[in-house]
Amino acid sequence: MIDIQALEFKYDIGGFHLAIPELFIAPGERLAVIGPSGSGKTTLLNLIAGIIQPLAGRVQVGDVEVTGLSDAARRDFRVSTIGFVFQDFELLEYLNVMDNILHPYRISTALKLTPQVRGRARELAAQMGISDKLGRSARDLSQGEKQRAAICRALLPDPDLILADEATGNLDPLNKGHILDLLFESVAAHNATLLAVTHDHELLPRFDRVVDFADFRRETAV
Amino acid sequence: MMESLYIAWKYLLFYRWRSATLMAAITLIAVLPLALQLLLNESERQLLSRAASTPLMLGAKGSSLDLVLNSLYFDDEVPELISMQADEAVIDTGLAAPIPIYARFQARGFPIVGTTLDYFDFRKLQVAQGRPMAMLGESVIGSAVAQQLGLAPGDSLLSSPETLFDLAGVYPLKMKVVGVLAPSHSADDQAVFVDIKSAWVVQGLLHGHQDVTQIQDPSLVMGRSDGNVVATAKLVQFTEITAANVDTFHLHGDPSIYPLTALIVLPHDAKSAALLRGRYLESPSYQIVRPEEVVDGLLQNIFRIKRVLDGVILIVASATVLVILLVFALSLRLRQREINTIFKLGCSRLTISRLIGAEIGMIVIVSSLLCTVVLTVVDAQSAEIVRRMIL
Repeated sequence: MIDIQALEFKYDIGGFHLAIPELFIAPGERLAVIGPSGSGKTTLLNLIAGIIQPLAGRVQVGDVEVTGLSDAARRDFRVSTIGFVFQDFELLEYLNVMDNILHPYRISTALKLTPQVRGRARELAAQMGISDKLGRSARDLSQGEKQRAAICRALLPDPDLILADEATGNLDPLNKGHILDLLFESVAAHNATLLAVTHDHELLPRFDRVVDFADFRRETAV
Repeated sequence: MMESLYIAWKYLLFYRWRSATLMAAITLIAVLPLALQLLLNESERQLLSRAASTPLMLGAKGSSLDLVLNSLYFDDEVPELISMQADEAVIDTGLAAPIPIYARFQARGFPIVGTTLDYFDFRKLQVAQGRPMAMLGESVIGSAVAQQLGLAPGDSLLSSPETLFDLAGVYPLKMKVVGVLAPSHSADDQAVFVDIKSAWVVQGLLHGHQDVTQIQDPSLVMGRSDGNVVATAKLVQFTEITAANVDTFHLHGDPSIYPLTALIVLPHDAKSAALLRGRYLESPSYQIVRPEEVVDGLLQNIFRIKRVLDGVILIVASATVLVILLVFALSLRLRQREINTIFKLGCSRLTISRLIGAEIGMIVIVSSLLCTVVLTVVDAQSAEIVRRMIL
């Protein structure tokens, strides 16, 4: 699913330098990325999503070489192929839950908001157990409910790849396990690949594979 | 675009108080100068049209502005008084026809205008209900007076004392309303018209009481001498003029010295007007003015003040615009995280600009609509507002 070759990136300020000689993630694989803060985990997600461009190297997601796409093509690729789940959920408090789930369809011309899409949003909400919260403002939800709504938003375009950045970082232990279950079930149901950045080592056994960015840094230092 | 409008609408609705404040601020800075201009245009129209239709005005020496404002718009400021002699003097010239005006007293907040029926012909005032005044003590009221006081022919209206503690003053006169004028959209709508003699009754110069030659009660008589009877304060004075007591009303002294505030002078032609003005040029007691010239001078002053006001409004508007821009800038900064999120999700910079633009556009459109509504109301009511607040 994801094939990264000789990837190099650095920020102009701060001396941050990321180098990944090779990383391959198989379709349907559930991969956890761990590592110390500032090691470049989130940068990796941004590079895969085409939010930032590397200095050198190649990122391929499915059949698409992300590093070769134009700005506009990368945006369209991102909104239709990748589902983002953030640590702080990043729901918009001025929209209700349904509008939050549908939001990617309203901010991109690459997705078309149809009655079928609305129906699928309702189905997803039902699967996540928040179908009775669709009319509520996002700020009136509990943390767990917010993350479920965010997962619905990520899954709605039926993406091939889910990028989760500390998706359980702000949840209590009970919700952590539950949200991860829901995420795994949804990913499996949609035949998607999951790349999750996490600091929570208790959750690692549940992933298919774990990549430690500390190793990467060691490898890159060599 | 519909999606951007939908999101913008949701945002504005969620932060409704902030949005409403912004809209109110924008509406206010747009409405203020425009409404002011509308009101000034209307006041100019009203002032000039009434002044232009009044060829000459004669009054006592003094402030020509007080004279014109009192006689044309029945302003509270009463000019120095003249007497009926002035009326006779104008008739004697053979150059013009005078219409006496005595606009000094009030009835329930509306000016009582003592005049003759010639005034109605001159101003082309139509009696919509009832009839013109025919007897002493009868009044014809303007349409606004009728509407605001709920009066109709057959009702009565009391004159108000000139001052609150006028213990030695005259009793209020109960005036019978016999007619209501059709709206003329001028100061006449706000006036109570009575015959000039009725105005003197209001002042107490002309009065009616029990016949002192016939009374038997000795407590009403202080003393009698050759043809003269001195009555006591117990003597009943009539406060309402009826068919039964109208004959008892009488003047003491020479009617030609009875007061007026002004004369509307209608010269027979332009030459007569010029001659008349020439005759009063050197008069030590009287002035004769062209109301249009006086009002023109007043308007020049108003426009000078307006220019200063425009400058003040411009400064306030600039400050408000800067504050609004600051609010937008701060709002954008607060929403930076939201912008980053939707950018990550796949939103283009152009769409982000469109979202912000839709919000600003909606605020401006709603403000414009509000502004239009307010200005439409001001425009529709401008004649009334100007009459009540400016004239």
